[in-house]
Amino acid sequence: MINKIVRSMAEAMAGIKDGSTVFIGGFGAVGQPNALIDGLIEQGAKDLTVVANNAGTGRVGLARLMELGRVRRIVCSYPRSTGSVVFEELFRAGKIELELVPQGTLAERMRAAAAGIGAFFTPTGFGTKLAAGKETREIQGRMQVLEYALKGDVALIEAWQADRWGNLTYRLSGRNFNPVMAMAAELTIVQAQHIVELGEIDPEVVVTPGIFVNRVIHVPYGDPPI
Amino acid sequence: MDQATPVRPLGRNEMAARVAADIPEGWYVNLGIGIPTLVADHVPLEREVIFHSENGVLGIGPAPARDAINPWLINAGKQHVTLRKGGAIVHHADSFAIIRGGHLDLCVLGAFEVAENGDMANWATSENDTAPAVGGAMDLAVGARRVWVVMEHTTKDGKPRLVRRCSYPLTALGVVSRVYTNLAVLDVTPAGFVVREMIPGLTLEALQARTEAKLSLPA
Repeated sequence: MINKIVRSMAEAMAGIKDGSTVFIGGFGAVGQPNALIDGLIEQGAKDLTVVANNAGTGRVGLARLMELGRVRRIVCSYPRSTGSVVFEELFRAGKIELELVPQGTLAERMRAAAAGIGAFFTPTGFGTKLAAGKETREIQGRMQVLEYALKGDVALIEAWQADRWGNLTYRLSGRNFNPVMAMAAELTIVQAQHIVELGEIDPEVVVTPGIFVNRVIHVPYGDPPI
Repeated sequence: MDQATPVRPLGRNEMAARVAADIPEGWYVNLGIGIPTLVADHVPLEREVIFHSENGVLGIGPAPARDAINPWLINAGKQHVTLRKGGAIVHHADSFAIIRGGHLDLCVLGAFEVAENGDMANWATSENDTAPAVGGAMDLAVGARRVWVVMEHTTKDGKPRLVRRCSYPLTALGVVSRVYTNLAVLDVTPAGFVVREMIPGLTLEALQARTEAKLSLPA
């Protein structure tokens, strides 16, 4: 019997190696796998490359992981937001590398990795400093920039419902990067608000099928803060 | 400005209302942060315009009452929003396929500068800013079928924002087709900025005095 549901955070985090590329889902405070980030802090892996839309806020979660010196490099589209104090401090001190990526290019690079595509051309960023040094080509009359697929070793995902096969649904804007990250990582770990019986999620409604999911832990943590 | 005739520049809400007046029913529209977000408040509900946000929300409705906030529903500006009947949720890669694949009729963005060739700068204020936040600005600027910019005509210090060439780091090249400011509505054409409309009492000379790029009137 397939059962991807794990009983402890230690089991959920087992085997994450130093130097891993870790995808962290969420946009704003919605759909963010907070319990898994805390689990990763506890687990101890270091020298990480983190891929997330933002570079953490306050001094908890991703910001805490960075403050502990465990993140060597961050790949994101919006590092500066209200409360991104830890990132600012580390970046100014030269203690963290930043790869700034347009948000759509970030999502598409992960989708490419998920679909076995090595790289793609996009007009986004052409002629700007974010395309500096990148290969460009005119395609269909438009100048485009070569962008490479971005594969994760680990994805940390927040879902609404999960079953023991790892089929997932999400809640409203909690969906955001979670499905594409789940598809593009080698080891996808999910915290789910609700565990449901196999068959309870209508096949037409499954957003992430279990083929993209390795482990699920039940974390009924409630609503994101308003 | 020579105050021979007193003129009253538009406020933020008036600028947003002016943009809203030009958006027809049936368009799919993404609104940037700031004044662009206010545009939605000026499109009446019965004129069905479908607002999109980068984080995968289609069909955003009026802002929720304080006691009716759904904590699971935000826009790209991290504000709580509502969904209209007929609204839909997609994931980030599909949301940016909507943006980058040319499916949006319009994106309304704020900017620091727009050049007479349609270049725009709206994400970083200097070349030395090593960690600015780009978000979805570059995707929206190249991906939407039309890009309109809404911004103050000059900076707080009176420096022109409608320029020959952008001095701030570029967001995208040659993408802006129309600019709405607190003083005028201008089209970006192969011949540069063409003034479509000015606020009452303003002369072309007075507008030109506040604009670095050369202005012309419709032929």
